[in-house]
Amino acid sequence: MKILAMDTSNHPLSVALVEDWQLVAETTLNLAKNHSVYLMPTIESLMKSVDWQPEQLDRVVVAHGPGSYTGVRIAVTTAKTLATTLDIELVGISSLKLIAANVTTFAPEQLIVSFFDARRGNVFAGGYQWVSGKLVTSIPEKHVAFNSMLNALPSENRSTILVGELNDGLEEQLKNVTATQFKMAPENTTIPSAYQLALLSKQETPVKDIDGFVPNYLRMTEAEVEWQKLHPGESKQSYVREV
Amino acid sequence: MGERNLILAFESSCDETSIAVVEDGRTILSNIIATQIDSHKRFGGVVPEVASRHHIEQVTRCLKEALSKANVTYADLTAVAVTYGPGLVGALLIGVTAAKAVAFAHHLPLIPVNHMAGHIYAGRFVSDFEFPQMALLVSGGHTELVYIESENDFKILGETRDDAAGEAYDKIGRVLGVTYPAGKTIDQWAHQGEDTFDFPRAMEKDASYDFSFSGLKSSFINTVHNAEQRKVTLNKEDLAASFQQSVVDVLAEKTDRALDRFPVKQLVLAGGVAANLGLRERIERDMHQKHPATKLIMAPIKLCGDNAAMIGAAGYVAYQHQKRAQMDLNAEPGLSF
Ligand SMILES: [Zn+2]
Repeated sequence: MKILAMDTSNHPLSVALVEDWQLVAETTLNLAKNHSVYLMPTIESLMKSVDWQPEQLDRVVVAHGPGSYTGVRIAVTTAKTLATTLDIELVGISSLKLIAANVTTFAPEQLIVSFFDARRGNVFAGGYQWVSGKLVTSIPEKHVAFNSMLNALPSENRSTILVGELNDGLEEQLKNVTATQFKMAPENTTIPSAYQLALLSKQETPVKDIDGFVPNYLRMTEAEVEWQKLHPGESKQSYVREV
Repeated sequence: MGERNLILAFESSCDETSIAVVEDGRTILSNIIATQIDSHKRFGGVVPEVASRHHIEQVTRCLKEALSKANVTYADLTAVAVTYGPGLVGALLIGVTAAKAVAFAHHLPLIPVNHMAGHIYAGRFVSDFEFPQMALLVSGGHTELVYIESENDFKILGETRDDAAGEAYDKIGRVLGVTYPAGKTIDQWAHQGEDTFDFPRAMEKDASYDFSFSGLKSSFINTVHNAEQRKVTLNKEDLAASFQQSVVDVLAEKTDRALDRFPVKQLVLAGGVAANLGLRERIERDMHQKHPATKLIMAPIKLCGDNAAMIGAAGYVAYQHQKRAQMDLNAEPGLSF
C-alpha cells in the first residue's frame, strides 16, 4: 500500500511517502513559509525523487487540525481533492495527536498532553495515552485557557508529559501552575513528522464521506458565535445551496 | 475536426464555490454553483473566515458533479483553470489548492485566471470577441473600465477610487432595511419609483475614467437620516430610483467618454451588477444612440454573478496564449490586470 501523508497545521510542513508502513521519503520544513506555495511542490518533487506516479497512490493521510485555520485548510483541501480525484482512501488524524505520538518511550499509563498556541493565553490541547501500542485519546481535544487546562490535569503521583511549543506568554502561565506535576517533552517532539502521521493511520478506518470531510477547527468563527448569541436555536442544517 | 478542448475550471474568490467544464471556450457542459449567500445574510455581508469554511465543505462535491453533469472523465480533460485573484485570500486558496491537486493527479496543465478577465469572458458565451474591445465591469468588489487592445491583453482605463458600485448598493440597502445582497431589490424598487432626490453624480465631468460612489452613498444616508429625525417617511421606491439613476448616469457617462476617446469594435458589459436591469437598459439605449458602430455584448444575466464557466472561457484563451502556472501557484487577493 502506497501512502501520501501531509501536515501543514502549523509552521512546519511535513510530507511523507510510505509503502507498506516503511518510510520511502520524507520532507519536513520548519519555517514560517506559505504552505500554499510549498505544499504541492514538495509533494511533486518527493514523488518524482522516488519515481511514484499519482495514480499509484492507495491512501492519503492528513493532519486535519486543530491548528492555523488557513494551514489546516490547505492540507485538508489538498488531501480530500486528491482522494476524490484519484478515488483512493482518505484518513484524517488529529494534528495534536500527531505531535503527542512523538513521545513514545514512556510507560503505558503515562499521560501525554499536546498543545498548540491559540493566542490570548489560549491553547488547543488534548491528552493521550499509549494503550497496547495504540495512541488513544484520554482527554478530549478542546480550545481552552492554558492555565485552566494545566490546573485541570489529574494530580495523581505520576507526571504528565507536555508536548508543544512554549512562547513567552504560555511559559509565564506554566510557572504559576503548581498543583500538578508535569514535565516538558524535549523540544524535538514538537516537530510533526508525516511518516508518523502515516503510521497513525494504520488502525484508522478511512473517511466514508470525503465530501463532508472538513478541518477540526475546534472553534466556531467569531461571527457565528456572536450570531448564535443573538439568535438562539435558529441554526440551519446547511447554509449553502446550489443555484 | 480537431480534438475537443475541455477545460475544468474552478472559481472560489468570494462566496460562491463553482466548478465547470467548458468546451472550446464557448460551450458550457456543466457549471455547478454552490452559493453561501444564506449564510452571509446572517451577518449582513461576506465574512471571510465563514466563506473559507463553506468552500472546503463544497469543493469535492462540486467537482464530482461538474464532471458527471458534463459527462466527461478526467482522461477527457485538456487543462485545469482556476481563479487566483482578485478576491478573498482564504476563499481563493480553496479553489487554487483543489485545482492544483487535480492538475497534479492527472498530469494536466494548470492555467491561472484573473477573476475580472473571467467576468469579461462571460460575454464570450453570447458572441465571438473582436478587438480592440472595451469592458465595463461592475460588481460587488469592482467597478472598472478595461481596454482590451488584443486578445488576452487587458488594461485598466479607470476604476473606482472608493466603493465598488455593488458595495454601494449593499450599503444603502442596509439603510433601507433590505437584506444583503441588496442589488436586486433596489433595482426592482427603482423601476417603480422616480429620480426625485437628484443625488450627486460623482466625478461625472472629471477628465479621468475613474469612478467614486462614496459621496453618493453619504448623500443618500444623510437624506434618509435627516428625514428620520424630522419624522418624515420618504418614498423608498423614489429613493431607490434616485440612487440607481445616479449610479447608472455615472457608469454610462464614463463609458460613453471612454468610447469616444478609444473607439472599439465591441463593448462588453459584465460583472454581478451587470445583471441590474436599469443599467442594462441604459447602456443598451446609449450604445444604440451614441455608438451604433460598436457592438454591445451583455453577459447573460445567469453568468453575471461569480461562476466557473466564465473562468473556463477566459482560461481557454489563456491556454491558447501559453499561460501556465506551476504547483507553487498562490492566491493573489489584490491581483489587477
Ligand atoms: Zn466577481
